[in-house]
Amino acid sequence: MEILAALVGLLAGVLAGLFGVGGGILFVPALVLVLGLTQVHAEATSLLAILPTVIAGAWRQQRYGNVDWHTALLVGLGSIAGVEGGVQLAKALPEGVLRRIFAVFMLIVAATLAWRALRIKQAYSSNGD
Amino acid sequence: MKRPSRQSRPGLSNGVASDASVVRLLAIGLAAGVFSALFGVGGGIVIVPLLVAVVGLDGRRATGTSLAAIGITAAAGAVAYGLHGDLKPGAAAIIGVPAAFGAVAGVTLQQRLETRTLTFGFALFLAAVGIRLLL
Repeated sequence: MEILAALVGLLAGVLAGLFGVGGGILFVPALVLVLGLTQVHAEATSLLAILPTVIAGAWRQQRYGNVDWHTALLVGLGSIAGVEGGVQLAKALPEGVLRRIFAVFMLIVAATLAWRALRIKQAYSSNGD
Repeated sequence: MKRPSRQSRPGLSNGVASDASVVRLLAIGLAAGVFSALFGVGGGIVIVPLLVAVVGLDGRRATGTSLAAIGITAAAGAVAYGLHGDLKPGAAAIIGVPAAFGAVAGVTLQQRLETRTLTFGFALFLAAVGIRLLL
């Protein structure tokens, strides 16, 4: 089971890097559907799991001079005030409702990607989140 | 720290943020933090467009800056969930560490592949997983 999870993580990382999406959009369903976590546990665990990828990505972007640290720090500090609200909201919603809202979020990301692919002819090089 | 010249709004000229732009950035962070913790994702889909539209960063710089901000957001979200006892650190390590290596490979592949058709395929895959979660 752990080997399967590690393979899923590796694949999710490749897809995230290839298509410029964050790991979280893939980690959460993988943790729910493959490892059988609850939606809340999967979301909590996803946040920790994306850290290595985000740190590696930020380090790479820093080398290209693409990181405005002052802006990043202020956005990051602001987010600390918001996370507890998000946690409370996620835990207050019934499990099935939270999972369905997440599913709708996935459909929106899918539509966004399809739209982006339509507009950009050549392979894009940005790697968002 | 090198700070390349870029198209900047008045509030961020000379790399010194005015009070108004500080408030704007904190507000973007606040919204991203709620979104990130609610869905267990980094929140780049919220942060990147806001940095472009509100702060005036170009897309590449917004993406890099978003990644650095998400490092703080995701860590804060993980701590908050951890305090509620919802975190599974073992599962996070098993998935997250291979993913970091996979992401490096994915970015390298992106430079070599025509990703347009692949992106449609990936969008369909995401939609299929989303529908599976809906049912």
